[in-house]
Amino acid sequence: MAMDESVRKAILAAVPSLRAFAISLSGNVDRADDLVQETLLRALANIDSFQPGTNMSAWLFTILRNHFRSEYRKRRREVEDGEGRYAETLKSQPEQQGQVEFREFREALAHLPADQREALILVGASGFSYEEAANICGCAVGTIKSRVNRARTRLSELLSIHSADEFGPDEQTRAVLASGE
Amino acid sequence: MNERKPARQQKPMETTATRKKNNTKPAKLSREVQARLGQQLRAMYDDVVSQGVPDRFVELLNRLNGDANKDSH
Repeated sequence: MAMDESVRKAILAAVPSLRAFAISLSGNVDRADDLVQETLLRALANIDSFQPGTNMSAWLFTILRNHFRSEYRKRRREVEDGEGRYAETLKSQPEQQGQVEFREFREALAHLPADQREALILVGASGFSYEEAANICGCAVGTIKSRVNRARTRLSELLSIHSADEFGPDEQTRAVLASGE
Repeated sequence: MNERKPARQQKPMETTATRKKNNTKPAKLSREVQARLGQQLRAMYDDVVSQGVPDRFVELLNRLNGDANKDSH
């Protein structure tokens, strides 16, 4: 089955964001790229189940997310290990591409339970609506909302972001925000 | 259920009216804190997005597409 050119373009267009999602989930660039590759292979093998006119990006995110979860279970036996080994993985490979600048934020993110982390990224960074994020994660919209809220609360504690007088670790963010407020 | 609760002593009005609400911080984050978190999250994410599509994925799609074409002829 040859790939339609528009399908190929839609897939390629989704790859950068898919990688960012995968890196945010796994905390590891190499593993993230393997996840993306596996996602693309699965997507193409099942391209007939993609409904033209629907959101290609959301479809690919769903595949990647499900694949990550099943791999995660295999590797770690438990799904929820937000405090544990994932954070250690990050510390053991701190200087990877693209991770130096955002290290403190990534480490805080690594301390969230996996379900909160993915919900926050999908809504807060990937730009999906709560409804789309709920579809991707296979749960109710209300569940996504509460996960995002809990994730934000926890992150603000971990990063000690409380008020305008206290700044987080990232000077650039501080500068950008100062100019915008 | 006939058991009656002891009648409560009525509190004088003036103390309830002036009492301040609980002074501890609510669980909900301020818009400002949410904005700062969102900013950092997107900066981290967009840093990766801006790297574009690595060659390996372009090649992968081309290869798969080529194989598929071959199969169909």
